Order: sequence, then C-alpha cells, then structure tokens
Amino acid sequence: MNEIILFKYGEIALKGLNKNVFEDILLRNIRWRMRDLGPMRLRKAQSTIYLEPENPDAFDFDEALDRASKIFGVAAVSRALVVEKSMEAICAAAPKYLEPLLSGVQTFKVETRRSDKRFPLKSPGISAETGGALLDAFPHLKVDVHEPDVIVNVEIRDFAAYIHAGSIPGAGGMPVSSSGRALLLISGGLDSPVAAYMMAKRGLALSAIHFQSPPYTSERALQKVETLCEKLTPYTGSIRFYCVPFTELQEAIREHCPEELFTVIMRRMMMRVATLVAAREDIRALVTGESLAQVASQTLDALYCTDNSTDLVVLRPLIGMDKTEIIKIAYQIDTYETSILPYEDCCTVFTPRHPRTKPKLHFIEKAEASFDFEPLIRQAAENTTVKTIH
Amino acid sequence: MEIYLDNCATTRVCDEAAAACLRAMTAEYGNPSSLHRKGLEAESILTETRKTIGQMLSCPPECIRFTASATESNNLAILGSAAARPHGGKTIVITAVEHSSVENAAAALEKKGYTIRRVHPRPDGHFAVEDFLNAVDDDTLLVSFMMVNNEIGTVLPYETLIPALRRKAPKVLLHMDAVQGFTKYPVSMKRLDLDFLTFSGHKLYAPKGIGVLYIKKGTRLFPLAYGGGQEQGLRPGTEAVELVAALKEALLLCQRDGRLWETKYRALNQRLREGAAALPRVSVNSPEDGAPNIVNLSVLGIRSEIMLHFLEEKGIYVSSGSACSKGAKSPALAAFGLTPERIDSALRISFSRETTEDEVDALLAALEDGIRRLRPVIEKNGKELP
Repeated sequence: MNEIILFKYGEIALKGLNKNVFEDILLRNIRWRMRDLGPMRLRKAQSTIYLEPENPDAFDFDEALDRASKIFGVAAVSRALVVEKSMEAICAAAPKYLEPLLSGVQTFKVETRRSDKRFPLKSPGISAETGGALLDAFPHLKVDVHEPDVIVNVEIRDFAAYIHAGSIPGAGGMPVSSSGRALLLISGGLDSPVAAYMMAKRGLALSAIHFQSPPYTSERALQKVETLCEKLTPYTGSIRFYCVPFTELQEAIREHCPEELFTVIMRRMMMRVATLVAAREDIRALVTGESLAQVASQTLDALYCTDNSTDLVVLRPLIGMDKTEIIKIAYQIDTYETSILPYEDCCTVFTPRHPRTKPKLHFIEKAEASFDFEPLIRQAAENTTVKTIH
Repeated sequence: MEIYLDNCATTRVCDEAAAACLRAMTAEYGNPSSLHRKGLEAESILTETRKTIGQMLSCPPECIRFTASATESNNLAILGSAAARPHGGKTIVITAVEHSSVENAAAALEKKGYTIRRVHPRPDGHFAVEDFLNAVDDDTLLVSFMMVNNEIGTVLPYETLIPALRRKAPKVLLHMDAVQGFTKYPVSMKRLDLDFLTFSGHKLYAPKGIGVLYIKKGTRLFPLAYGGGQEQGLRPGTEAVELVAALKEALLLCQRDGRLWETKYRALNQRLREGAAALPRVSVNSPEDGAPNIVNLSVLGIRSEIMLHFLEEKGIYVSSGSACSKGAKSPALAAFGLTPERIDSALRISFSRETTEDEVDALLAALEDGIRRLRPVIEKNGKELP
C-alpha cells in the first residue's frame, strides 16, 4: 500500500515573494525531525509538503504523525493513500483503505479538491462516485453532509490522487528558525519551558542558558533542566544548551549587596552573563518566562531594572498570562511533571525574606557599585560550558 | 577519590555476591518451576538460601519468603494480615518513626476504617515498652515496629518489648522491620516470638531487588498479588534466583565477619563523634547507645542539601534524612524531638565493612572546610540599603 503524509501549511501560505524561503525552512525542519525514521522523499507543491517514505510498509506512520503534529508552521497533517488518477482506481481503493475507520461510524461525507483541472470529472461528481462506492461497501453507513462522523477527502493533484480521512491539526505558527535565534533563560520551573514553546511557535530557534550554583544547587537540578530541554526539542528542534557556573557571583551578591535587592541584582547579573554568551552566537534577543506581578522580581519596577542591564531585546511571551494558563500549556507540552520536581534551583538560593517589590534603579546601581562585579561576570561567561540537546 | 558513607541507603555489593549473581544468570539460569534439571538447579539455590537464612534466624527454612524489597515485605505483612482477618481487630499500632513503607501501608488501612496508633519516643529519644502496652487493646490486630531507626540509629527495646506484648495480648500479630538491624545484631526467632520479620539484601552487600519476609509457622496471610504458586502462593511470580543466590553469599559474609565489623563501627563512631564535637556548632543527633554504624549530626545553620552537595564535590557521599524520600523533610526526626533548625541541617553518616578511619578523618576535614566556607555566606544578611 502506497501511503504518504501531507503537510498543509497555514500562515506561510499567505507570505508574498519570500514564501519560498519559509517553505524551504519548513521542509528542512520536517526532514530533521523525521531523520531517524528511514529513507524518505520530501517535496513541496501547491502549499503542501509531501513526505513519501521509500518503504511505506515498514514506515512508522504513527510516530511520524505524532512528530508532525509538533512541527511549527504546519496547519494540518494527514496520512493519505496514493492512487492512480482515475475514478476506477479511487473507487476500488477507498473502501479497503478506509475500512478500519468507516466500520466504526454511522455517517460520512466525501469532499473533493480537484487542483488538476485536466481531470475529466468535476469535484461534486468525484464526491458522488466515491461516496457511492463506499455506500456499496458499507451498507450500514449513511451520508450526512451537515454533521458527518467522518469526512473522507479525495484530492486530485498533479502527480496522483490522494484519499484520506481525518486530518489532524498541526502545531500552527511559523517554522522554527524562520524568525532567527534567541537565548532562553531556563531555571527549571514551570514558566521558562512554556516561554520557549511560545517563542518557537513564532519561528525562533532557541539556545538555552542555565545558571548553576553548586553546592547550593544539585546535579539533579541540572539534569532536570536538561530533561526539560529534551522535552522541548520536538517543538523547538535542537537546543544549544549553555551552563553557567554562577556560585561565585551569587556569593559576591550575598556579601556585598543589601538583602532586599538580592533577587533583582541576581537577575541583572544573569542578564549580563547571558548577554556575553549571546554574543558568541550573534544572538540579539533573550527569552524569559516572566509574567507580570507573579513574584517580587517580576513587578514593573523590577522588570525595568532587569531590562536596564542588557541592550538585547528581552522577549517575555508569558507576561500577560496567569499561572493557570501557563500550567495548561506545560501539561500540553509535557513539561509539567518535570518542572514540579522539587530540586532547588539558583533562583531560590538566598531568597531574601522581604524582597523589594518596587526597586529603584539608582538604589540598585549604587548597591552594585559597592563591588567590582565585572571580572566575575566575565569569568562566569568564559567558564560557561555548552552542549547540544537533540 | 570516593568516600561512600551512605550505607544505610544502600551498600556496595560484595564480590562474592556479584559473582554468584552472574553465575545464576549465565549458568544456573533455569526457572525453579521447570521440571527438568535446569529447573532443579535453580530451585536448589532458593532452597539453600532459605536454609542459610533459617540458620541465621533460628527458624525453619519454609518460614522464609522472598520478595522484591523490604517495602514489599512490610506491605505484605501489614496489608496481608489485615486482609486475612476481615473480622479481626481494627487497630494497628506502629511507631511515629517508621519507614514510609510501614507508615504508608498503615495509612492505607486507616483510609479503610482502621485506627492507627503511633507510639512516640520519650523526650530522651528512647521508646518505652510501657507506651506500647498502653497502645494495645482488645481491638489491636497488629503491632509493627522497626528494630533500628534508619535515620538516627535508635535501637528499639525489642528484646523486652516482644515478650511483654505477648504476655499482654497473646493474639496480637507482631511485625518487626529489621532492615537496619539484621546482621548488625543477633536476631533469633527462638528468642523473639515474632509473626513477621522484614529485611532486605541491598543493605547488607547483596543487590537491590531482593527482600525477605519471615512468617511464623501457622500465621495466616493473604497475598498482595495473584499468580502461580511461588513462595507458597504468597508472593507469586518467577523467583529472582540470581538475587537470591547473591543474597546467600552476602549473608554468609555477614555471618563470618559481622562481629569484626561491629568492633570497627564502634571505633569509627567514637572517632566521628569526637571529631564532630570539636567542630563549631555541630551537634550529634544519634543516641549514644544507638546502632554504631549510624551517626546523624546537624551542622547548624547550613541546610542539609547544601552541605551534602559540598561534600559530594569532594567525593564524599552522605545522606540528608532518609534516601528513600529524596530530600523530603523527615517526620521521624521531628518525632525524635529535634528542633526545626537541627532537622534542616541534619546529615546521616553510615558506615560499611569497608569504611576506614582515614575516610572518617577526610569527612571531618571536609565538614570543617564546608563550615568555614559556607557559614559566612549563608548567615550573612547582606549590607544595609544604601
């Protein structure tokens, strides 16, 4: 049986003269995500990408569809049967191919798209003939054009005809890396993986940066963050993962700055290190999981102070979201269970008892001036390790 | 350098046990239930190990059932007893410092309407036999208590407790979780009239995945799972022959050298206590008369996990609380009357047959180092606002 997978794209179909660029990126992304599923051909035509396994009988379609549903830039995915472009072939193949699906439902209808206008029969005729063949094969079925249990699709395209039913929704958004690359600050909590997902959806490729403070944080905390990154890769593609040794900087903040300002100053130090690391890859944007007013360091005043420490664009996709909304996405992308593991991360070490909720920038600058942090910042960036998570 | 001082969590498998395990997996690999020679070969591993345990516990070999862990043994004893006596007593007596496998099995019965009474240690950290006797009444089904506490090493007065309970309530079932005590102290079923006794292999140089439950002859018990008739129907499922083979070798080693180790533990314990006394604001939580292989101490002001990871960087492995709960706060330490400050900074150091004086000295030096480096940072409250 000759089966293929069809990827229909959404937003990029609306692009103008540069549509090709987006299509090529999407094609490349699909090829990468499917790379270990065996030899296959990928080609694009008429706002659709065709994935044709060289050996369809040995191809793991279920796995491929699952992966396909997580690739940004795709509006819908379907698994389809390839048949010769003739009504005889379509009517002969459809009942057998659709039997597992149709034997369990009561009503259906057939929808046809005829993009090859040379095909002699017009769309309504194709639908009627195919529907007739299905009714003959499954006497229990009824046609219901308003609310059918199943919609059977017949597509007459340039190369062949395709029969499929029940396309699954794609992940939407823009193909990853079509919008460039950003550096995600990831701690291990619930928010940052969700922020990563949201920005990847808008076409950003991601590198991630994590701050580690042994012995105040553990090896397991690091492992947890790496697991989170792994769980993101079906959506984001590979992630370049930077790990910053942050202990000395944190201890210096502890020693030289007022307790009430620890968190904001720590955030600023993180931004500074992240800015230096971003320069390595010529990255111009940082992504954080901050949500307005969630905690003391995420008030408007605190965010102003944080932003002031970097000249990069800081993207905060969760800024207007409630925790419950964030948790919902965390469940959906399967990072929730990992995120709630109870290992201490660098953000919760040395938490002040009464953090300033409305820090003033000049206070903070004065506090930071009490010690020359610059060498420690440079050193932390220099000693940062990197690896790629697939 | 690797200094492993977390032997109450698990031990390094001894070479003899590892060799026996490999042999059973690659040569004596039959299924004990098979009728042919390979089956018999595997069955005799089970039989021989049962005999060894029987000798050590002074009980008939057929009283020994193999399970997958002490947790399973404890659950089987507690839940299986209750299931076998639907019209029996509805009160279970345990202690307030039990391992979670006893505590949570009892809690599961509590949800089904049983009453759970928890005996607390006295303010001096010791358990009084009288408190157990007061907790037992006509409605009591089972008393379950640990032999040696896994977190601080307190030894329960089981030698007087068991006969006293038998005298007051002859029909009450008695279960002792001997995970931290078996092979460290002599345990004879002739002297201790228990219905059930639990221990596991991996605390005594055998691999993880093998537990034992002693069941007194004639004591009825329902299984937790159903299947083939293995372990007299109480623990169906093909027996883990390789782990049983390893357990036997580990037990023989303990039987042979256990006395020597005990002397060594006492010396190491003394050395560690003396060293700790010289460190600023370090207090020992273990009782003087506790199990000699366990020293629980608090480095006040430094949270357990931070010191644990600091020691880890130096290749020294200890535990904060009990390893089973991965760092969760210990209700047992609170029951022993430790202040929150002590609980927060508690570390458990536990020795093995391989622990040396040098290792204890290295631990003490590392603790001193950690105190010097971490305390000023942690206890600093930062500067005043400018």
